[in-house]
Amino acid sequence: MDVACVREKAREVRKDILRMIAQAGSGHPGGSLSAADILATLYFGGVLRVDPLAPKAKDRDYFILAKGHAAPALYAVLAHAGFFPPEELGTLRQMGSRLQGHPDSKLLDCVEVSTGSLGQGLSIACGLACGLRLDGLPNRVFTLLGDGECQEGQVWEAAGFAAQQRLGSLIAIIDLNGLQIDGPCPEICEASSLAERFGAFGWDVHTVDGHDVAALHACLSTVREAGGEKPHLVAATTVKGKGVSFMEGQASWHGKAPDAQQLAKALEELDEKEAHHA
Amino acid sequence: MPSQETFPLDACALLASPGSDTKKRATREAYGNTLVELAQAGMPVVAVDADLSGSTTTAKLAALGTGQESRLFNCGIAEQNMIGVAAGLALAGHIAFTGSFAVFGTGRAYDQIRNTLAYSRLNVKVAPTHAGVSVGPDGGSHQMLEDISLMRGIPDMRVLVPADYPATAAAIRLAANTPGPVYIRMGRAQVPQIYAEGAPFEMGRAAVLREGSDVTLVACGVEVAEALSAASLLAEEGICAEVIDAFCVKPLDEAALLASVRKTGCAVVAEEHSIFGGLGSAVAECLARHCPAPVEFIGVKDTFGKSGSSEELMAYFSLDAPSIVEAVKKSIARKGIW
Repeated sequence: MDVACVREKAREVRKDILRMIAQAGSGHPGGSLSAADILATLYFGGVLRVDPLAPKAKDRDYFILAKGHAAPALYAVLAHAGFFPPEELGTLRQMGSRLQGHPDSKLLDCVEVSTGSLGQGLSIACGLACGLRLDGLPNRVFTLLGDGECQEGQVWEAAGFAAQQRLGSLIAIIDLNGLQIDGPCPEICEASSLAERFGAFGWDVHTVDGHDVAALHACLSTVREAGGEKPHLVAATTVKGKGVSFMEGQASWHGKAPDAQQLAKALEELDEKEAHHA
Repeated sequence: MPSQETFPLDACALLASPGSDTKKRATREAYGNTLVELAQAGMPVVAVDADLSGSTTTAKLAALGTGQESRLFNCGIAEQNMIGVAAGLALAGHIAFTGSFAVFGTGRAYDQIRNTLAYSRLNVKVAPTHAGVSVGPDGGSHQMLEDISLMRGIPDMRVLVPADYPATAAAIRLAANTPGPVYIRMGRAQVPQIYAEGAPFEMGRAAVLREGSDVTLVACGVEVAEALSAASLLAEEGICAEVIDAFCVKPLDEAALLASVRKTGCAVVAEEHSIFGGLGSAVAECLARHCPAPVEFIGVKDTFGKSGSSEELMAYFSLDAPSIVEAVKKSIARKGIW
């Protein structure tokens, strides 16, 4: 994998996320920016076996965005990966757009299932893994959850089920950005470690820096090939709003669009990062 | 909509003949048996249950394979996960049927059914058992009376409420052969056999089980047998009731309903469900638009169920044939003066 290339893609994705949300006048920049490196590694780092020319290919890996409010990040990645024209990104959240506020699988064949109501993606991923195994197929099933999302009880229903069913083809990634709409996750509800809890449920648990593309690639590739009898959890530590100084670590940017001035400053910062890395 | 040429379904071909060997069976008994039959016929059916596979009868699928070959997935007492797992199985190309009791299999997992199954238009059949007060001794916490209302309101969700064992077997087959989400409501109580084995059913089609001229009796589920009994009682008093089995509550067979009410001039709707939002509401919505007429509602009237035997509860909540007879008289009396 070309680390520099994936990082560059992630930077482009971040810029698109901000442009899309600014144009729409609403959306979720914080959790989209925190997930950008994870999604870029999956789609541009060769981890996820998907083909934009055959989005429903029998042998594809499946990806489910459990934290559906990070739709702008997913749309930007899918567009850059060639699943639909990047020009369409500007239609986010508008009347008649295929890019609904949260992913709608009826409108985009590169989206496996509609999400947006939190806590449901992991169960769907479990069912997919069961169904593929029943047919003797080796496809992998990836899903990306938020840490706040793990407050939903259904996540733990699924966590127990996945372990009991020995779903080694299932890879769940948690975007551990530590913040939810009303504030820091530990202050709202969660206090104990999600990684430890999944471990206690019988999962194969890995922790990784969710903004270190090389580390993400190494970890995700390893668990993709691992299979086995335990479902895999990748706890990816991230920063909400990553890449934009005034959004980083701010719960207030969970679901708010930047204005024109804020957008210009954010894009400028991301361009400076390019110059820095160059 | 069905064409007038093919409607109504021929009652003689549908009904079990009086002298034949019919017996009381619960509608749920047809569930597992029919899933096994479909799987053996090569259909990719799977069942996902929530620790009630013995009660719902989905456990019968276990006979076809165990371990990684099993077509039965038990989620434990976790109905929300049950719906999500069924969604994933459908995405992988299987025809997924869910289980549990109607109260948990719809109410506990409503958001999962709405936002995952229906919004993505997945090939999952929500098919819980133990609906209505006929569940009996378990009491109000276990007697689901709002499920038709909940499911009918979801876009793209079809709603089937079969009346007996053959109708339930047909509903399971029909659902398996109809892409997209379908709700099938089954019960615990043993009910009389009305239909002949293998009687034909179609999505969006009702069955006229008895022709009449004075009142249209529309029923679903266990109330079909009560409506037929009521029609016999009414006949003794010289009142000729037409009985329609609204097996498919959504899409409702509006053509059959309107043809009947235009003839009879009034209706009674009978369902083992709240009078709010179920078959009664569906019938009233249709008649209000196309053929205003007096309608009386047999159903549970804004209250919860309670413990008792099935028969006691059917009488207590005025769901039995004598209650239907009274409602028919009220509806007829309102013709022209309502």
